[in-house]
Amino acid sequence: MSHEVAVLGAGMHPWGKWGRNFVEYGVHAARAALAEAGLAWTDVQFLAGGDTMRNGYPGYVAGASIAQALGWSGAQVASTYGACATGAQAIDVARARILAGLCDVALVVGADTTPKGFFAPTGGVRQQDPDWLRFRLLGATNPVYFGLYARRRMALYGATPADFAKVKVKNARHGLGNPNARYRKAVREDDVAASPVVSDPLRLLDICATSDGGAAVVLTSLAFARRHTTQPVRLAGVSAVTPRYPNTVIEMPNFATDSAVGVSLPDVPFRDSIARGAYEQAGLGPEDLDLAEVYDLSTALELDWYENIGLCKPGGAEQMLRDGATTLGGRIPVNASGGLASFGEAVPAQAIAQVCELTWQLRGRAEARQVEGARVGLAVNQGLFGHGSSLLLRT
Amino acid sequence: MPTPLPVRQPAIEGWFTQDGGAPRLLGSRCTACGTIFFPKETFACRNPECGSDTLDEIPLSRHGTLWSFTDNRYPPPPPFVASDPFEPYAIAAVELAAEKMVVLGQVAKGVTTEQLAVGMEMELIIEALFEDESGIHEIWKWRPA
Ligand SMILES: [Zn+2]
Repeated sequence: MSHEVAVLGAGMHPWGKWGRNFVEYGVHAARAALAEAGLAWTDVQFLAGGDTMRNGYPGYVAGASIAQALGWSGAQVASTYGACATGAQAIDVARARILAGLCDVALVVGADTTPKGFFAPTGGVRQQDPDWLRFRLLGATNPVYFGLYARRRMALYGATPADFAKVKVKNARHGLGNPNARYRKAVREDDVAASPVVSDPLRLLDICATSDGGAAVVLTSLAFARRHTTQPVRLAGVSAVTPRYPNTVIEMPNFATDSAVGVSLPDVPFRDSIARGAYEQAGLGPEDLDLAEVYDLSTALELDWYENIGLCKPGGAEQMLRDGATTLGGRIPVNASGGLASFGEAVPAQAIAQVCELTWQLRGRAEARQVEGARVGLAVNQGLFGHGSSLLLRT
Repeated sequence: MPTPLPVRQPAIEGWFTQDGGAPRLLGSRCTACGTIFFPKETFACRNPECGSDTLDEIPLSRHGTLWSFTDNRYPPPPPFVASDPFEPYAIAAVELAAEKMVVLGQVAKGVTTEQLAVGMEMELIIEALFEDESGIHEIWKWRPA
């Protein structure tokens, strides 16, 4: 396929609450990815950095901040931001440069240092900024939106808090053996039920934490990869898609959905369109997947994703979960890495971390969490302000 | 001397009105394609097939059905002004039939999630969001009709 590039190396800095400079995590991840690729930093022709909004100016120019720390090498650079979809955008830019023939070797890095507690908007008084206004006028934190989706699932499909807890139990178990995960501790359904309610019906253990971390991948042309490895992992689809009007599902940081008056609904709702873009580029579908990494900002949201990426029909996710289909050893393991439940969210690194996991899985290097015979994997994610993110990898 | 009553003012200008009695949210409607926005779009219609830049202010329906709900058990971070001690409050997403859209709002003080169910009829009210030295800052909220 002409739109494919290779993932030659992947690397991460372990997730945690380390409190150090995000650049340090980025450099650590970049060096690990380069080592896995068998390349030197000076071989990199293009660096795409995922920006962080919580680390001042160096965060807005993350590509250059990380390039400087690795040692100015004259590489071309870009810095991108798309909230939780930042990494997909950065990967998409790097892929485009390789496919355009502008470079053979690109490095993509995302890293973040996060404050304690709820994510909050940047300071000041900004009455034109919906992200500021949602906190000011509603106190609509991220878990408020997750709570709305969870309650809607309960009303539409009969999901229960016990189903949500099962997602946490599964992902915590998957993350036990992942050296890059922040939480490596088994969780029981009782533990979830005993944790305090944050935004009804979601409890503390249903909601992902905010973490420090860094992730990087080395992307190259397929021709370059074939000279360096006999079995390159191929990046076959990248979807960094926006919604089509009208988007009739309430999304962060909005006060209302679009109106469906006077317009017809799009054929495919936004969340279903995210993975579809990656499937179409790759010429594959959900039936081809061996595993998926989905963005479990909350336990309940993981169940929505099963349906949005086509693993089952709307309303079928709870049954898949209860049947063990999405557990390691099941038909289609979801979040074999442990997911956000085990990592917490390091925004600009997260989509890249999903690609790291898929790369290791497809190389058979995922150790205790290995999905046997994995050949095709999908990552899906969504950033606020209308950013879809989906990446499809194959052997 | 009696203490003067605190001044009541909207927490944000132009998003809702109580003129003429019943509280209403203020949206805008594209004069070309008829689609509706809340909060108001002021400079261009966001329907990609339309391209008009003429929008009229319209009041939105006062009633709708509860699409979903949740609450805040912990105080949200600034710029939210949290009461001290913090009192948990519910948040509703209400579907407006005529406007074919869902609008968020806090739920009236004292109404808990136990009193809510998806599909209930809800109505719009105006209530205090917070009070400071400049007076009471008011906001729209939803409550069971
Ligand atoms: Zn229009």
